Amino acid sequence: MNTASVSLGASVSSQSRFMQLVLSAFLGIFVIGVVGFSHIDAVHNAAHDYRHSMAFPCH
Amino acid sequence: MNLFRNVVFVAAIAGLVAGVVLACMQAYATVPLILKAEVYEQAGGGHQHEHAAAPAANATDTNAMSTAAPAEAAAPAEDEGWAPADGFERFAFSILANIVTGIGFALVLVAVSEFAGGIGNWRQGVFWGLAGFAAFTLAPGLGLPPELPAMPAADLTQRQIWWWATVAATAAGLGLIAFRKSLPLAILAVALIVAPHVVGAPQPDSFETPIPEGLHHQFVVAVTVTNLVFWLVLGAVVGVVRGRFTGTATSLRDSFA
Repeated sequence: MNTASVSLGASVSSQSRFMQLVLSAFLGIFVIGVVGFSHIDAVHNAAHDYRHSMAFPCH
Repeated sequence: MNLFRNVVFVAAIAGLVAGVVLACMQAYATVPLILKAEVYEQAGGGHQHEHAAAPAANATDTNAMSTAAPAEAAAPAEDEGWAPADGFERFAFSILANIVTGIGFALVLVAVSEFAGGIGNWRQGVFWGLAGFAAFTLAPGLGLPPELPAMPAADLTQRQIWWWATVAATAAGLGLIAFRKSLPLAILAVALIVAPHVVGAPQPDSFETPIPEGLHHQFVVAVTVTNLVFWLVLGAVVGVVRGRFTGTATSLRDSFA
């Protein structure tokens, strides 16, 4: 934590930096997709109130 | 994967905090309205909403919200898969969903903001939060306002596609306006933001619903305001955690117009 402390990942090449940020963003989108947008009934029912409260398309 | 690990770390903390805040706000502001709407839904008989009526759910729901639903408690158990029991279990899963997706939103926010130099402090985070709110709540909410159970809606997959397309177009538009100092690109940005609404969100065949207009309006306000606070908290916490983590506050303003 002390060494690379100028920005998040100071010692990373720009291409690797790009890939890692894209990967993080896709991981986030994937998580939102599973919890908020999956058509699986059990997942939908579990997060039902959440989906409505976030104005995600539901049912 | 140093950077990736740091992004996940910052996002996890920010998502956890903002998700808990959002879950608490929902418990007071939106969930009571959803439960009210389910009473109308069940009393109305006609239903598009196939899942909330899990028989186990009704007992507690009824005593919590109203006396309107007992007739329907005898409804046959439809095969809709597992659902959490009403009360604590249902609330617990909502909290879980809030935290997990809070981390998801935070991952997207942190990753995108790192491309623009990173969120240096809580004030920059608030502005990033406003942008997230505009892209993820405001823009899709114009075409697809928050719905209560028992409200008519178009095909689910089409709405989900429109929702994601609107988020992407709005985010791209906002990014162009904020980070490209060029008039043609700014015009393109406005076109991107407007385009999904020109295309139009998928609409249901009929707008008939047992839900009173007043209840729906209250819900739209509650959803929009709770999401606004969620995004502001998320952005601010990212700014604080990232600042602690890196020990520096890289100035967003340098890259900002």
